[in-house]
This record gives sequence, structure tokens and C-alpha cells, in this order.
Amino acid sequence: MTSLGLPLLFAMIQFERFTLSNGLRVLVHPDPSTPMAVVNVLYNVGARDEDPQHTGFAHLFEHLMFGGSLQIPDYDEPLQMAGGENNAYTTNDLTNYYIQLPADNLETAFWLESDRMLSLAFSEKSLATQRKVVCEEFKEHYLNKPYGDTWHKMRELAYQVHPYRWMTIGKELSHIEKATLQQVKSFFFKHYTPCNAILVVAGAVDTTRVKSLAEKWFGDIPSGTVYNRSLATEPKQTAARHLTIEASVPLDMLCKTWHMGARQDASYHATDLLTDILGGGASSRLYHTLVKEQQLFSSIDCYHFASSDPGLLAIEGKLVKGVSIEKAEQALTGQLQKVMDDLIGENEVQKVKNKTESMIAFEDMSVMSRAASLAYYELLGDAAEMNSELGKYEAVTAAAIREQARTIFREENSNTLYYMASS
Amino acid sequence: MLNRTQAPPIVDAVAYQLHLKPVTRATLDNGTPVYMIDAGAEEVLQLEWIYPAGNSYETQNLVAATVNFLLRNGTSTKTALQINEAIDYYGAYLNRSCFNEQALMTLHCMSRHIEALLPLVRELVIDAVMPEDELQLYRQNMKQRLEVNLRKADFVAGRLIDTYLFGSDHPYGKFSSAEAFDALERSTLLQFYETHYRQAQPILFVAGKIPKGLLSQLNRYFGDLPGAPRTCPLHSIEPATQKKYRINNDPQGVQGAIRLARPFPNRHHPDFIPVQLLNAVFGGFFGSRLMSNIREDKGYTYGIHSYLLNLQQEGAWMISTEAGTEVTEATLTEVYREMERLRNEPIDEDELLLVRNYMMGGLLGDLDGPFQLVGRWKNLILHGLDENYFYDTIRTIKTASAADLQALANRYLQPDAFYELVVV
Repeated sequence: MTSLGLPLLFAMIQFERFTLSNGLRVLVHPDPSTPMAVVNVLYNVGARDEDPQHTGFAHLFEHLMFGGSLQIPDYDEPLQMAGGENNAYTTNDLTNYYIQLPADNLETAFWLESDRMLSLAFSEKSLATQRKVVCEEFKEHYLNKPYGDTWHKMRELAYQVHPYRWMTIGKELSHIEKATLQQVKSFFFKHYTPCNAILVVAGAVDTTRVKSLAEKWFGDIPSGTVYNRSLATEPKQTAARHLTIEASVPLDMLCKTWHMGARQDASYHATDLLTDILGGGASSRLYHTLVKEQQLFSSIDCYHFASSDPGLLAIEGKLVKGVSIEKAEQALTGQLQKVMDDLIGENEVQKVKNKTESMIAFEDMSVMSRAASLAYYELLGDAAEMNSELGKYEAVTAAAIREQARTIFREENSNTLYYMASS
Repeated sequence: MLNRTQAPPIVDAVAYQLHLKPVTRATLDNGTPVYMIDAGAEEVLQLEWIYPAGNSYETQNLVAATVNFLLRNGTSTKTALQINEAIDYYGAYLNRSCFNEQALMTLHCMSRHIEALLPLVRELVIDAVMPEDELQLYRQNMKQRLEVNLRKADFVAGRLIDTYLFGSDHPYGKFSSAEAFDALERSTLLQFYETHYRQAQPILFVAGKIPKGLLSQLNRYFGDLPGAPRTCPLHSIEPATQKKYRINNDPQGVQGAIRLARPFPNRHHPDFIPVQLLNAVFGGFFGSRLMSNIREDKGYTYGIHSYLLNLQQEGAWMISTEAGTEVTEATLTEVYREMERLRNEPIDEDELLLVRNYMMGGLLGDLDGPFQLVGRWKNLILHGLDENYFYDTIRTIKTASAADLQALANRYLQPDAFYELVVV
């Protein structure tokens, strides 16, 4: 096959940016092809900003943001009345809220989002209910599922000091059960302020109107104090770590991680492509060799978390029954050795670049996804970087990918979890 | 001074005149229908080949799903790896999925690669060979995956409730087992492939920014195939007589998977559209009564939903949630209480307006992208409906009265009509 090249046909994502006097950054991305408007508010706070004794708080807090604000007793009802929908998510790095509604009713979104940025109602009842809801979420996703605690174990193994050592849902149910209204209040006034937030307005909107609405609704909210994050730096790992656990699951599972660079590192794009070479789809190396040819694993994945602080590259797979986990691991190590030793061929590099290109194109179809991406890149430093992302992938060479493989897949940089089926 | 207690004025979404962008219908030389939506700004395409090859056509369990899965695992000239590499090289995604009546192949790609990908898809629908070693591997890995899934209460509950509604021999109610995977034979698969792909006529749905000449390319690669349309066999529904079930699946389980379901007619029944409005009030969105009561007031669950199953022969009205083991019975009590309220009291006009606006706003957003549009058309066409159904839906959302909905609640939300299942 010949190289297709990347013609960079992409429409650039156009946006305008201004900052209110209280420090709130506002980005406007007009798209007249839709009748809808999107309002996306990103707060620069995630699970990594939690106290180790009170984990799960950023996420619990996200739930409380729907429990009524200072002057609006119910957040959802007026939005639904205006034909809108909303949701939110919390990661280890950030918390993001988004609304989609008919553009005619854009001001409703400004009214709702600004009032809850000004102050929540801090209702005891809402806290009591959402503690229970989050505990049920915890059970549904992490306790009541086979292998549900894998990442609780793995994060604690891979991180010794950095707060990535717990998941956004929290370390344990008791942390959520014990959350108090006082903690909720201090968390809010520390993090949920204009100077720690990014507002993106997109869709059938125009910048002049967004400016005046932003001034009107957000302009008088006290700025707050800029949150200067100073998290413990994870010391360089110097020896391989192993953990074996046994649980009532049907199949043995192997999960390995290695420390990798942060999202903003120059090495990021090469690392991302490396994970695609190994684990992206049916023609990827690990699937082809270990699932299909050697039939050691019944499934295998390779991925990373694109974390803001130095993160983890992970490979996890369930073993075919009867295969010894040491043998499977050895075969995996052999595949990793190959990407460390030999340069990846041009076609294979081009393949993962092409996949990345179409993934970005499909993501960019939705105005909601474009708005969230703009907010995310602005948080990383500059929303305009969203438009240079593809060029950065295009510039990655086979040598750069091999260099990342050599840097990352060192034995002393590895964490290995044997998740064994109890007999 | 800004008065934040005062909501800004809104345009009621219920006032919108929504318009469903028409679909372009074309026919290939061999009569294969092609439906196209040309829309969107990105240079991307979605193509779907819909074959009469769902599990309603099979005479042995899992044959339809297995054939559908193995379509891309080898032809007479290409190995599975070569096929996967070709698809991945163009940054394309080729998924297959098997449903009750139809089985699909869906291609997503950048528009400029379509010409390179069409011959490959042609090869898969006329020349798949389903190699024995691929079948063996599929069997092994699917059995292992099933073993993991059977430890999940929600998975087990989802299978059992379908069996109660339709009977374990009906395509809607039967499910996979290790034995059924073991019983699969290559010759049976090839026979099914011959009848339901090679000799059957697909329907094509295309959406995105459609490049010039796409239709003639489709004609070139799919206009000469011999397939004929097929009529789906009807299977008799044999619902269970017992209504209430409690299943212990996991002694360490901390949550119960709750399913409540009653039979409900398909989209052609006049009650289907207005019941969607009633369902929205009941448990169809975040502001619904089930969610407000059971999650937002009681905190028994992370989420609770009700919905109408979108099935062609006959459907069901389903309520689904996961709740802590100590509150599963309390959750059931509250679900029945919400049914009772809907039967006994007319829905308040404010609440009804909110739901109307919410649904209209959602529809407005859903009519936005090419893939959403084609999805809506596909749903109409495969159910034998046309755009009138869409406009009837809009009219019903705008005008169905509280009295209409209360009458429907009395007709359908009768606890005795529901199967009730808790799996821990």
C-alpha cells in the first residue's frame, strides 16, 4: 500500500475569546448550521485535588451542583421547560458541565449556570440524598461487577504519593458517607469561582450577544482566588511492582501499567500512537498476535488516560482458560520488546495516523463535543491548540514511537496485577 | 440590580414547527433500495447495509449472530488480518450487528476513502468463508465473555425478563449459552450466509457529506448482486404465566437488578405515540417521576428508566434499575405508587408543558446531524412507516391532553400486567 498522506482537509474550529473582569474566560464558537446552543462550563478541579481522607468529593460535589442554587430552587426543571438537556462528568483532572438547548432559550442556560457559580443552596436534604445516590453508583460500577475493583488496586500500586492513586468515585464508600455540609461549602468557595472556570458557548449564537449575556449574568460574581495546584510529584519508579489478588471471578486477568508523560508533554502524540499500534482495533499487534495467533488472551486492550499530570499506559487482558498467566505475560513482553527493538513500518504508522484523523473528524461532528474540546484545550493552556492537534500527530515519526516504547516499557517502570480466579 | 429569582423569558419549544429533512430514495440496477441523507459539514460518511439476516430467520440458536460476526473474518482471497488491516489503514470503522429481524454492516469513513472501501465490503457480503479456526476462536472467546457476563446481575436480569415476555423459543426471548456456542457448525453458518446475505437483497442507508458519483459507485459494487427481498417469518409469542421472580445470582451481591415489564403493541398501534409522552412523564428522562422520586428524593438508585421496546412484531413497556439490596422492595413499592398516581390523578398542566417542551427540544437537537437524521428515517422505513408517523408524533406531543394520558395509564399501567424481577 502506498501512503495516503494527510491532506489536512479539516475545517478549523473558529472561536473568539474574552475574559470578564472577574477572571472568567469565555470562548464563543458560532455554528449557524444547528438550531441549538451549547453552554459548557469547565471547572479546574478534579479528584486529584481531594484530601486523601475525603476522596470521591469532587464527583459527589458534581451531583450536588444539581441540588438547587442560591436563588433557583431547582436546576433541572426550568432547563427542561426551556427544551434543554444537561449532564456533567468528573475526572481525576477536571469537572465539566454542559447544556444543550434550543438557541432561542440561550439566556436560560446563562441564568442557571451563573446562579450556581454564584452560590449553591447547600441543602442538607440534597447532600443526604446524593450521598446515597453516589454510594449506589459506587456499588453499581465498582462493587457489583466482576473485576470492578481492578483500578482501585492498580492505582494504589502504581502511585505512592500522587493523588491519581484513587479513582474519581473515591477510595471507599465511607469517605462519601461521611461527607459534611461544611466540607461541601469550603470546596465550593475554593474551586467553583469565575477565575477557576472556563465558559464555552457554541452553536447558533453570536459573539456580541454572548458578550452581553456573559457580562449580565456572570459579570458580578466575585472572582474568587486562583487555585494554585501544588500536588505531590510522584517519585520516579525504580523497581517493578507486583500484586496478586484472588477473587470470585471466572477468568484470570493480567493488568499492567507503566508511567508515561503528561498530556502536555512533547512525547504525548507519539505515545498515543504507540497505544494504537499495540491495542487499537482488530489489526493491532496485541490483538492479532496474542488473541488470534497464540490464543493466550480472550481479549486484550491497550490504552492510556491522557492525564494532565504524568499518567499511566495500561494493558489489560483476560486469559484463555488453562493458560498460565506467566506464559501470557511473557508473550506480551515479547511483543513490547519488538516495538522497543524494531522501527514500526511506514504503513503501520500511517494506519494509526489515519485512524486518529477520522476519529477527530467524527468527534468534531457534534457541536457539544467541539465545545467540550475547546474548554479542555483552554484548560491545558490554549484553545487554539485544538486546531494544531492533527498536525502534531502527522509529525510523529516511527523513531519517536520507538523512543517512547523504550522510555515507557522498562521493567523497573512497570506495575503488574495478577487478578486470579479463586478455585 | 439583576433579579436572579426571575427566569428569563423562554420560547416554548412546543411552538416549533419541526421539519423532517426528506430522504432521497434511489434504486440500484438490481432493485436494491438506497436511502440517502446528504448533510453535515465534515467530510465523513456512514453507510449501512441492512440484510434480512436477524435471528428471526435462524433455525438454530446463535447462527445469525455468528454469521454476522464472522463476515469480516476471512474471504477466499483475504485472511481476517488482511481485511482488518485494510479497514484500519483507511481509518475506517466497519461494525456488524445482529438484531431480531435485521443484521447490519455499518461503515464509517472519511468521504475520500469510500472508493477504496466499497470493493472490500462487496467482498465480505459475497465471498466470506467463515474459516473453521476463526469459528473455533470465536466460540472460545464468546463462551468466556458469557461466563463473565453471567456474574453481572443486570445482564442476567435483561435476559430473563425477555424470556418471560416472549418465551425462550421466540427470537426476542432466546439467549446464548455455552452449549449453543458449542453446537455451532461451519456448514450451517455457510448455508445461512448463502440464503440471507448472498441470495438476499439488502437495504442501504447512506448519510454524511455525500461525494459526487457515490450512487454510481454503489451501483458498480452492489448493483449486480442477485439478492431478492425476504419476508421475515413470524414466531409465536409464549409469555410466562408466573409474574413475580426473585433470583439469587451472586451471594456477595450488594445491589439488585430490577426489571418490570408488560407486553405492549408495536409502533403501528395508535397508543404507541401517546404512550411515549406518558412514558416520558413516568420514567423517560431525568426529570421523570421515577427519577425524581426514587433517585432524587429517596436516593435508592443511581438511575431508573422506563421505555418502550422498539420491536417489530410486538414490544414491551419496561422499567429498569439497579438498587441496593436493602431497598429493592422499597423501590418496587415506589414504582407501583407512581403507576397508581398516573392512573388516579391527571398530570398537572405545568408538568405536562415541561415534558412537551423537553421532548420537542430533544427532537430539534436530534434533527441536527446527518447520522441522527438517517437513524430516524431508518427507524421509520424498517417498521414500514413514513414521515406521517413523525408528524403524528409531533402533533401528539403538542396536543395530547392530561385526560388522554390518564386513560392510557389506566389501560396500561396496571401492576397485574407486569412481570416483576429482581436479580441479586
